[in-house]
Amino acid sequence: IMSIFAEVPQAPPVAVFKLTADFREDTHAQKVNLGTYRTDDCLPWVLPVVKKVEQMIVEDNSLNHEYLPILGLPELRSAASKVALGDDSPAIKDGRVGAVQALGGTGALRIGAEFLRRWYNGTNNTATPVYVSAPTWENHNAVFSDAGFKDIRPYHYWDGEKKGLDVTGIMDDLENAPEHSIFVLHACAHNPTGTDPTPDEWKMISEVMKRRKLFVFFDSAYQGFASGSLDKDAWAIRYFVSEGFELLCAQSFSKNFGLYNERVGNLTVVAQDKDNLARVLSQMEKIVRTTWSNPPSQGARIVAITLNNPDLFIEWKGNVKTMADRVLLMRDQLKAKLIALGTPGTWDHITQQIGMFSFTGLNPKQVQYMIKEKHVYLMASGRINMCGLTSKNIDYVAESIHETVSKVQ
Amino acid sequence: MRQTCNSDGGVGSTENVQARGITLLSIFVDTPTAEPNPETKLLADFKTDTHLRKVYLAGREYLNKEGQTSVSPLIGKIMQQICTDPTLCPEYPSSFGLPEFTRRATELVLGRDCHAIVENRVLGVQTVGCTGAVRLGAELLKHWYNVSGVWCGPVYLSSPCDDSLAGIFEAAGIQDVRRYRYWDTEQRGVGVQKMMEDLEMAPEQSVIVLSASAHCPTGSDLSQKHWRLLTQLMVRCRFFPFFLLPAQGLCHGDFQQDAWPVRLCASLGMELLCAQSFSHSFGLYGERVGHLLCVLKQSSTLLAVQSQAEKQVRALWSRPSVRGARVVATVLSNPAHHVEWQEGVKSMVERGILVRERLREKLRLLGCPGSWDHLIQQGGLYCCTGLNVQQVEFLEKRRHIYLHPNGCLNPQFCLAAPPGSLQRRHTPKLAVWLCLSTHRIIRVSCLRSPLPSL
Repeated sequence: IMSIFAEVPQAPPVAVFKLTADFREDTHAQKVNLGTYRTDDCLPWVLPVVKKVEQMIVEDNSLNHEYLPILGLPELRSAASKVALGDDSPAIKDGRVGAVQALGGTGALRIGAEFLRRWYNGTNNTATPVYVSAPTWENHNAVFSDAGFKDIRPYHYWDGEKKGLDVTGIMDDLENAPEHSIFVLHACAHNPTGTDPTPDEWKMISEVMKRRKLFVFFDSAYQGFASGSLDKDAWAIRYFVSEGFELLCAQSFSKNFGLYNERVGNLTVVAQDKDNLARVLSQMEKIVRTTWSNPPSQGARIVAITLNNPDLFIEWKGNVKTMADRVLLMRDQLKAKLIALGTPGTWDHITQQIGMFSFTGLNPKQVQYMIKEKHVYLMASGRINMCGLTSKNIDYVAESIHETVSKVQ
Repeated sequence: MRQTCNSDGGVGSTENVQARGITLLSIFVDTPTAEPNPETKLLADFKTDTHLRKVYLAGREYLNKEGQTSVSPLIGKIMQQICTDPTLCPEYPSSFGLPEFTRRATELVLGRDCHAIVENRVLGVQTVGCTGAVRLGAELLKHWYNVSGVWCGPVYLSSPCDDSLAGIFEAAGIQDVRRYRYWDTEQRGVGVQKMMEDLEMAPEQSVIVLSASAHCPTGSDLSQKHWRLLTQLMVRCRFFPFFLLPAQGLCHGDFQQDAWPVRLCASLGMELLCAQSFSHSFGLYGERVGHLLCVLKQSSTLLAVQSQAEKQVRALWSRPSVRGARVVATVLSNPAHHVEWQEGVKSMVERGILVRERLREKLRLLGCPGSWDHLIQQGGLYCCTGLNVQQVEFLEKRRHIYLHPNGCLNPQFCLAAPPGSLQRRHTPKLAVWLCLSTHRIIRVSCLRSPLPSL
C-alpha cells in the first residue's frame, strides 16, 4: 500500500539555512559568512551576566523543574513588558498591560496572530488584511498565514534607489489600507534593511493609523541591540502607547541576551483597561494550551532574574551596549574602508542603517559574485549581518565588495 | 470600533477621557472570556479553599519520597556540567532540535535495530513537550494526509482522554474529532469490545489516537493480545495510528514493554506518528522536552515530509529550546548514565506501585464496597478510581479532596505534604473518604462523628 505521504512535495529550502549550509561546505580559507547572525569565526557571545545568572540558577536548590504556568513565568512577563514600555509607563500603572511568555519572537508573533485571527475585527475573520513591510523578515508571512489569515499584503518600505525609507509609499499604503487592517511594524533595527522611520515619520504613521483604525502589531527583536540604549530602541512602541493605541508587541530576547537556543520571548498586550485585558489573556491562554501548553523555564528564568535585579540589570545593559558598540564600530570601519578604496557608489547607508543588518544595495548578480568568487556569503537581497564582520575579515570583505562593484553591474 | 483619541498627547486613562465626554470602545470589547481550562480551574478552587486538611490529587507530576518534584542527582550533575561547559554555544538549534536528542529519542521508542530506522524512513523532531509534538503531528496530517484536498479528519480520541487533546487538533484546523469508548466503568478497565465496535464504524483512513502505555487519565492499558487484534483492525480499515507515549518506562518499569504497541505497528510496516515526552521520566517538566516520531512506509518520502515538518515548526516556534533536550541526550548517549537513569525510573515505578497497593489495602480493610483491584492493575502516573461525578463532587465539596471530575487521580499526591504544614501521609485519610463517598448513606452519619483513627 502506498504511503499516505507519497505525494508530499518538497518544501522550498529556507534561504538563510541554505546559505549557511553552503558556507559550511565551502573549503576556501578566507570564507566569510555574512548571512546569518554568526560565522565560524565569530561565535555568538555568551554575555557575562548570562553566565553569572546561569550559575546562580544551577546552584539554587529552591528552584524546581515544575511546569511553568501556561501564560509563562510571571516575573518574566512583567519585567519584559516593563523593558518595552518603560519603568514609569502609565499604561502599566493603569493595570492595562499584560503579557504571554512565548517561544522566542516567533512564538510571540504566532500567539498574537492566532488571537487576532480568532477575535479581532469580528470572529474568525480570516479576511482581515495583514500588512508586512516590503521587504520583511521572511517568516512573517508564514506565521500569519499559518495562523489562518488569507490576505497578507506588502506595504512599501525600502526605496532601492535612494537606499532609504520609502516614506511616500508607506503613507500611501496606510491611507489606502482597508480599515482595521493589521500592520506589522518593526520597533527598531528593521530586518532586513536596517532602516527605521525617524521620530517624525513615526508620528506621521501613528496619525494615519489612528485615523484609519489600523491595528498596530510591533515586532521588537532588537531592543538595546540597535542603538545601545533600551529606551531609545523602544521609542516607537512607547510613543504609540502614549497615543492611546491598543496594541500587541512581540518581543524576543534571543539577540539582546544572546539566548538564541533557549527561546525566550514575550507577547506584550496593551488594552484599554483591565477588563478587556483579562478577557484577551484568557483567550491567549487557551491558544497557548493547544500549541505548547507551558513555555520552557530555563531562558525565562535567566531573563527574569537579570531584569528584576538592579545590579544585574545594569550589568546586562552594559553587555548589550558592548554588542551594539561593536556593530557600530564595524559599520564605521566598513564604510571608511570602502571610501578609502574608492569603491564606486555611495556608502553612507552603511552607517545610517541601524542594528544587526545592512542592506548593502548589492544586486543579485553582485551577490552571486561575492559568494562564488570571493566566498563571502550574504543573502540574495544584498543583506549582510554586521555581526559577521570582525577585525580579522573586514579588510577582505571591503576589498571583496570593492572588486564586485567594480567588475559586476 | 474606536480607539482613544487624546489631543494633548497624554495617556488615555479611562477617567480622563470619559470626563471629556469621549466614548471609549476597546477593539477587544467583543472578545469573550475563555472558559477556564478544567485543570486550571480545579487547581484554582483548591488554592482558594481554606480548609486546613485539603488535598490535591490531580497533579500532573511524579513525586519523590518527600512528596516533591525533583530531579535525580545524576540529572543535577549533568545540568551543572552543561552550565560550565565552555564548548557549548548558545546558537540556534535547527528546527528539528538537537540531532543527538532526536536520534536517541527515536531509538528509545523503536529500538536501535528497528527496520524502519535501518531503512532510513523515520523522521524525528524535537518539540515543545508532548503538546508540541501532538500539535506538529496534527499540522502535518492536516496539510498532507490528503494531498488532493485539505484533510479535516476524522480523528478519534479515547473516552476519556487528556482534556487538551481535542483542542489541539481543532487548533490545527481539524474540526472532526470523535471519541471511541475506552474506559468501562463497570469493568473498571478498558472495555475492549466496545472500543473495537466503535472503531469498526470509523471511516477508512481515520486517524486513531492511541495511548501506547500508561493511559492518561485512566492508567488502564490494552493487553498485548488486544493490541494485536487492534492492529489487525487498523490495517484492515487503513487507519492511521497516532500514538501518545508521555511516560515511557514509567508504566512497567521496562522501556521496551512500554513502547511495545508502537514497535508492533512499525514491525507490521505501518506508518505512524508517536508523540513522546521526557517530562516525567527525567523530572524535567519545566524544560518541555518532547519529540515527534514519524515512521514512513518509504524512505523516498522522508525528505519531503521532513521539509514540510520544518516549515510547520518555523511558523509555530521556529526552533525548540535546548537545555532539557541536551540533558536527555547526554544521559541517553552515555551507557553508564543510561543505566543509572533506567534504575531511577524503575524505583519511581516501584514507589508508584507501593502507593497504589497501600491505597487498595486500606480500602479493603475499611470494607469499602466494590473491587479495588483496578488500582494496582493500572500503571503509570494516573489511576481511575471509578468514582462517579457525584462522588467526586462529594469528595471535593465536603471533604476538600480534589480529583479530576472523571474520577481519576495521581496516587503519588497522597504522599505530598499539604501546603504549609508538616509531612503527612494522606493514604489512610484518602482511603476513608473514598470509601465513605462510595457509601453515601454511611457518609451522612459519619459527618457528625469524629474521624476514625487508623
